[in-house]
This record gives sequence, C-alpha cells and structure tokens, in this order.
Amino acid sequence: MTSELGQAPARTPLYNRHLALGGRMVDFAGYALPVNYSKGVLAEHLFTRQKAGLFDVSHMGQAILSGRDAARRLESLVPGDILALEPDRIRYTQFTNDEGGILDDLMVTRLAPVDADERLFLVVNAACKQADFAHLRAKLPELRLDVLEGWALLALQGPAAASVLERHIPGVSSLPFMARGEFLWRGAELAISRSGYTGEDGFEISLRGEDSRPFADVLLLEEDVEPIGLGARDSLRLEAGLCLYGHDIDTTTSPIEAGLAWSISKRRRAEGGFPGAARITNELVGDLARQRVGLALEGRAPAREGAEIANAEGVVIGRVTSGGFAPSLGRPIAMGYAPPAFALEGTVVNLIVRGKPLPARVVALPFVPNRYHRPAKA
Amino acid sequence: MAEMLFTKDHEYILVEDGVGRVGITRFAQGQLGDIVFVELPEPGVQRKKGEETAVVESVKAASEVYAPVGGEVVEVNADLADHPALVNEDPHGDGWFFKIRIADTSELSGLLDQSAYDAFVATLA
Repeated sequence: MTSELGQAPARTPLYNRHLALGGRMVDFAGYALPVNYSKGVLAEHLFTRQKAGLFDVSHMGQAILSGRDAARRLESLVPGDILALEPDRIRYTQFTNDEGGILDDLMVTRLAPVDADERLFLVVNAACKQADFAHLRAKLPELRLDVLEGWALLALQGPAAASVLERHIPGVSSLPFMARGEFLWRGAELAISRSGYTGEDGFEISLRGEDSRPFADVLLLEEDVEPIGLGARDSLRLEAGLCLYGHDIDTTTSPIEAGLAWSISKRRRAEGGFPGAARITNELVGDLARQRVGLALEGRAPAREGAEIANAEGVVIGRVTSGGFAPSLGRPIAMGYAPPAFALEGTVVNLIVRGKPLPARVVALPFVPNRYHRPAKA
Repeated sequence: MAEMLFTKDHEYILVEDGVGRVGITRFAQGQLGDIVFVELPEPGVQRKKGEETAVVESVKAASEVYAPVGGEVVEVNADLADHPALVNEDPHGDGWFFKIRIADTSELSGLLDQSAYDAFVATLA
C-alpha cells in the first residue's frame, strides 16, 4: 500500500479508529482510508439512506483565504458568484483553466470579516490540494492562505443526521442547506456546514484532529449512526448524480459540459472575468460539443469508467466517466459524456463492456432524488 | 469425498468423475465484497488452464475468474443471474460458477490443496 511516489500513505487523525472499527484500509489520494467496514459497501450505502452515516473526509484540503477584497479576487480564478455570498453561506464552484477546463471543484464559505479583511473558507479535493494551494498563492499573492494542517473533516449524512447532531449540539438542526455555523462541543470549536456529497440531508464538521476522535466516538455510540467507508461514499454520490473530480470532470471538461451551469450566476455570465470565460460563455448559449448524461443500464451487468458509449449503429459517441451498481435502485447506473443529440431523456445507447454492447437509456440526474434540507417556500 | 483444490488467483475446483465445479474462494469473496453480477461462459466453450472464463463484479470493481484447468465448460450456475449474492453467502456451495470437463487431469497436480492455500492466503495478510 504505497502512494504514487512510493511513500507510505498519510494518516488522518481517525486512522486508529478506522482500524479498531474493522475498516478495510486502502490508499486513496495518498491517504490510508477505509473503503468499507465489516458490513460492506451495500449495507453501508443503504444505512446512510435510511439513518445516518459518518464519513472521515479529513483527506480533503481545508484552508482560509483572507485579505482585502478576497471574494472579488477569488472570482478571478472561479466562475462562481463569491461576491454575492453572505457571511456563513456556502457556494459550490470550480477553479478553471484558460481553456475553460476544470482544475478542481471546491466549496467556498464566506466567514465574518476581521477588520477590513474578507475571509473565505475553502474545501478542495485531496488529490488536487497541493496544486490548488500553489495556484492560489501564485495567482493571488496579495491574499493570505492559511492551510488547516492537522484538522479533521467529518461528514454526517442521512435522514437521521439532523436529529442525532441536535442532541449533541443544540441549534445545529436549524441551519439551512448550504449554510454554516460555529458551535462549541465540550470546549472544542466546531465549524458545521449543512452540506455533503451524498444527496442526503447532512452536515460537514470541521474540527481539530484531536477533537475529532472523541467527537466521532460519541456520534458512533448513537444507534442511528454507523461508520461508512469510501466505497459507499462513491456509490451515494453517483446515485446523487454528483461529479467526482478526475473522473466526471477534469482539465478537459468545462463546467457547462459537466452540467454545472447552475453554479454560475447571471452576473458572472454577463461579466466573465474568470479563466476560460470565452469557451464557457459560448457553451452557455448552446455551442456545446458534449454533455454529461445519466445512463440506466437495462441489464444487471455494470459498466465502469472507461466503457465506450455507442449509438445504435455501433459508432462510438462518448465514454463512461463513472459507473457501478446503485444499491438504492438495485441496478447498474453510469454517467458519461455524449453529444447533445444523444443527451435527451429516453435515448437508447449501448455501453461497450468487455467488447459486448449493453443497452442503456439516457435518464435525468440525479438517479435518486436528493433530500437536501431546504426551508419550505412561503 | 472429493477434494477441493485451489489456485493462487483464488479459484477453487471440486473434482468428481472427471468434471470440476469451479468458483471463487471464501477469502476471495471477502476481499471483493458485495457481488452484484457474474458473467458466465456459454456451456460448450473450451478453455485452456489459466484462461479467463467468467467475470465477477462487486460493488467496487470487475475481476476475472480463470479456468483452474483446461477443458470444456459443461454447465453454468443459472441461479447467479438473479442471485449473485450467493457468491458471498455460500462461495464453496451454492455460489459456484461453472463446471468444466477436465481435458488433462495431470493439470490438477499443479494446484494447491487446502493447507497449502491457507498458508498462501496467510502470506497476503
């Protein structure tokens, strides 16, 4: 078990907990993390959809970007509307390159300013974090970047997440979706966001590594909480139709091709001013070569990343970028890229698996309806 | 009682009257996790020792299953089409994959017996 450079994988603050809980450890983005625990991926996936799963996502990069006009300056690197963010609100956006490809996707939270300095809390992908931080330092040298080393990030996801967490942290269940708050738990400072990557209601909890151990232990004593590994995290996010960086999105795919146009506000579309704006603006008015589609396979055999997508005549028109078995649906699903003419719901295509065509239908995303906590509209 | 023999790729074969029943070992199914699909060969196909003969898909990934010995596939386990989890529940019994009529029984001598396989698995931990 070694990472790319042959080094032993890094450990998160919860490494020993994973071992004690029977986690099957794998090297993921240079970190030793559990792919599953003893009950297995299927049971963990279904438990999360029914109750609440606790995930260790401490491998992700956490940092605070601060300084004068930090929000406006960050907008020179991402197409998301950061200026419009109110304090304690969260946006999903992407670092783009000059060709409009995606360098990484990230969550940006506006923190309360300190003096004249604006502050933004960033959460980025583990595999990209060194490059992201170098990119920020190179492009925004006037801002200060404080990487939270030794911090943990836990995700509690599922329909029981709010009631469980409320028992330990009163008030937390009133946070709306994509908002954050700061809480104290036994003297430990917890920054809690109503967010996640499973399609369920849930929370992400940023806290110091040493505080993460007792906190995780207390949550795991709850009947409605089980530890969940990366295997189920992946199948949950696939069912939720969410992109996985390095698979469904990368430096060649644009946010528009990826179906992420919703993350770019009217103002930013009109003003541009982010890397790759020319391509992205063209694609927004319909000049699109390919787009991300959901695929439901007719049979039981799954199609994995890399499988070709072919039309009825057998001509290859695209490629699967994520695929597998959907535990909530009991059937295989996939996501991939196809030309817009093949992206209409109900279009029948073939996915080529081990040389054989498997029939599949283009379906709307997400595969499983999301259950984010949004306040009822008046 | 027929003896169960093993490969280092974690197939087993249980030989009776010149026909071997093949599946993946208890250890292998545990490593793969939840099995969601098994692609089986057509009865009548010929396979050489070590050739890919089936594919087992877990939630996580696809893995090839090789013929432990050469011969003709004479039967496949139709129950796996609707119940692939049989491989997890009873890998050495109801979760078998295919039966192969052994072309050359001398190939069996290259396989591991239970104690040799157990010792091999112990080195993987």
